[in-house]
Amino acid sequence: MSETNTQVRDAAGVDLDNPNLTRFDIVREGARRDGVEIVHYEPQYPPGSRGERRMTRIVAFFFLLTGIMSTLFVVAFIWWPWEYELGPHASKYYTPILGLTLGLALVGVGLGVLTWGKKLLPHEIAIQERHDGPSSAEEQKLTGTTMQFIGDEMGLGRRPILKWSLLGLAPLGLAAAAIPIGALIKDPHHPDILFKTGFAGATPDNPIRLMHDDGTLVRPEMVSTGGQITVFPNIPGGASNHHADSPTLLIHLREDDAAKLNQKLYTINQGSTWSSFVAYSKICTHAGCPASLYEQQTNRLLCPCHQSQFLITDNARPIFGPATRSLPMLPISVDKEGFLVATGDYKVPVGPAFWEKD
Amino acid sequence: MKRRKVDLKALPGKAAEEVDTRLPVATPLRSVLNKVFPDHWSFLLGEIALFSFIILLLTGTFLALFFEPSLQEVRYDGSYLPLQGVEMSRAYETALDLSFDVRGGLVMRQMHHWAALLFMAAIVVHMFRVFMTGAFRKPREINWIIGLSMFWLGFTEGFAGYSLPDDALSGTGLRIASAIMLSIPVIGSWVTTSLFGGEFPGEIILSRLYILHVFLLPLILLALVSIHVGLVFVQKHTQWPGPGRTNKNVVGERMFPRYAIKQGGFFMLVFAVIALMGGLFQINPIWLFGPYEAAVVSAGSQPDWYVMFLDGSTRLMPAWDIRFLGYNIPPLFWPTVVLPGILSVVPMAYPWIEARWKKDKGSHNLLQRPRDVPDRTGLAAMAGAFYLVLTISGGNDIVADKFHISLNAMTWAGRIGLLVLPPLAYYFARRLALGLQQHDREVLAHGVETGIIKRLPDGRFVEVHQPLAAPDEHGHTDLPYVGWTVPKKMNRVGALGPAIRGFFRPIEQPAPPRQEEQPREEITTGKH
Repeated sequence: MSETNTQVRDAAGVDLDNPNLTRFDIVREGARRDGVEIVHYEPQYPPGSRGERRMTRIVAFFFLLTGIMSTLFVVAFIWWPWEYELGPHASKYYTPILGLTLGLALVGVGLGVLTWGKKLLPHEIAIQERHDGPSSAEEQKLTGTTMQFIGDEMGLGRRPILKWSLLGLAPLGLAAAAIPIGALIKDPHHPDILFKTGFAGATPDNPIRLMHDDGTLVRPEMVSTGGQITVFPNIPGGASNHHADSPTLLIHLREDDAAKLNQKLYTINQGSTWSSFVAYSKICTHAGCPASLYEQQTNRLLCPCHQSQFLITDNARPIFGPATRSLPMLPISVDKEGFLVATGDYKVPVGPAFWEKD
Repeated sequence: MKRRKVDLKALPGKAAEEVDTRLPVATPLRSVLNKVFPDHWSFLLGEIALFSFIILLLTGTFLALFFEPSLQEVRYDGSYLPLQGVEMSRAYETALDLSFDVRGGLVMRQMHHWAALLFMAAIVVHMFRVFMTGAFRKPREINWIIGLSMFWLGFTEGFAGYSLPDDALSGTGLRIASAIMLSIPVIGSWVTTSLFGGEFPGEIILSRLYILHVFLLPLILLALVSIHVGLVFVQKHTQWPGPGRTNKNVVGERMFPRYAIKQGGFFMLVFAVIALMGGLFQINPIWLFGPYEAAVVSAGSQPDWYVMFLDGSTRLMPAWDIRFLGYNIPPLFWPTVVLPGILSVVPMAYPWIEARWKKDKGSHNLLQRPRDVPDRTGLAAMAGAFYLVLTISGGNDIVADKFHISLNAMTWAGRIGLLVLPPLAYYFARRLALGLQQHDREVLAHGVETGIIKRLPDGRFVEVHQPLAAPDEHGHTDLPYVGWTVPKKMNRVGALGPAIRGFFRPIEQPAPPRQEEQPREEITTGKH
């Protein structure tokens, strides 16, 4: 269709003032000067042909679809009942209708524009030369020397005092970093928040009562045999996220299970159970999720996040999954008024492990 | 009175002249209009990510007008009856308001979430395309690194957004994130308390995640997206080999009008899909989960899909605790900190690793078909298998539940599968690539299978092949492989056109059947 050898054409050139040139000739000349050769250019349908008229109608149809759907979108947006009602109600269709009308409106624009571009615009093949690869050796030398010369001008090599005095600028970087780091940094050990929970401060003489999440205190008869409930320290905000490390599982073991547990009790857990009641931290020692799925038959606690399983008849020792540490046991007892109490804080830090946690 | 005549037709030309006098744009503008882009469907995968990102910016800005990232405790008093009177954070309340008390808020929220999922999906698929076709090779290593960084930034950005509504799921996710930070040796506890402003959850974390989610990360992403696209523009897009295509040219079409129009239409279609999904498919119904409470969790808590592979790696990790001198590296550290570290650094170095391995230091602008580089294709399959095992393990409790498999069996299957399947995937993908190469060579040497069986006089059956060029005396053709599709079917070499081209009826009416008259004659002659 045209010369592939651009060199030849460059020499020939095109006289832009030639009145016989068509607009396309000028376009092609412009492309040529940009290093682009249009080697193939033909309309997909002959102008005025049936095929072209059909494609035009299809584009118009898609744009009309967009018009209709956008109008419907606006109408629905304004007049469709949208405020939430309980139960089956027209408002439940508000979001689907908005999505459907908006989506179809956009489908219309998209397909219309695509049909226009792909079917009505002439098909072409153009070739552009790449000019990548390194710059010429001459260019590299010129730029390289310029940069070296800038170095010479700065004169660091000749003025050693300047070089050393640059070190004096280092504290500026420290000063810049000091503010954000200094403001953000928070010592995890003073106060010792990672080692304490909401039960901190409880002693056998001054125990902290256990409560439900609604604040009611817990009596042993509230938990049926084999059952479990989640309890919190009875302190202000004890059940809130301010004490996210304090949720505790209170389990009423069956008699034989309690006997099993008492035989195997770790030294650190000695004296922490009361009757056949045992309380474990609900916070998984792996990643901190509540390990709360209680399998009554197998006496296992399962953490739903990563499936660590803990055997409650054996100090809540991990028996499957990625957890490596037993759930800490809360020392419990019953006070004179018959409420369950914690007689101390957890003896090992609750929740996920970290560097300083042995 | 003489009115000055305005020549409307000359107006645009005049205006352009005025502009060019002040800012000479004629030459650079024309070179942009004329820039040639190669075309192939697989080049559009990255565009989906780009378009999703634009939609994320639009919908996200809308959401930010109504959302308040505050952990201040309030009592819900909105339209959603089941939660009325419940204590919750202001963040959860405003997220509920967006869903129930802002007109059209829910469709925007759901579009934002779907767009985020699509963004990450498009990035992953695009990355596979770039890897398997060798588009990351010199001179495009930097763009490969930028792309990988955008995956991890998008990952963090998505996780921060997921954590903002402060519903039960996002709080649980955040708690796991805090445990992951805690697991870092030496500095873990300091990092965690510094980020959360004390113990988990504290009061400040949402404000910090919010500024990260709506300002810092989008800003960095926007900058990287611009550089990424800008580099494609400057370095020019890679192209598939084919007639007239060399390492030194680009064959395609000029950017304007056709290429740009197709891009615009495609953007609208991506937008349309997201709008349809945002309206029709529910995602993250936070009102069903309830506010985050440290003691509450439900079974089947899964993160967004692109986080699932790390959830899976965490589930599969054996309980290996390292303890010494009173210090401890918990098992959580390996699958959530070390693994992502390896997964970001090794792929970034891969372009140089491969160049060294294959002793290939040249610049490449022509893509490779996956079959032509069996080792790399094998690696891709290996990475895919590894990723897939982890992602499935991220939902292994759901699989166990739905298919009545023991959960522990699923965990063990994942542990073993993670070690066994990737090497197998490497082996099979490599064999597959070699087999496909072999078949290409066969067709080039013997021709296309026609499906016609011929019986020879001596009773043998042979299949007739259509040679692709004039064969030599042995019936062989000596055609070189050029790195592009070899025709494998007769209608690929023009033997058969498509039977029907119109959608409802054939565009070309079939020629009037000639036999119609002849049989009639035969019949009449028969009657005589």
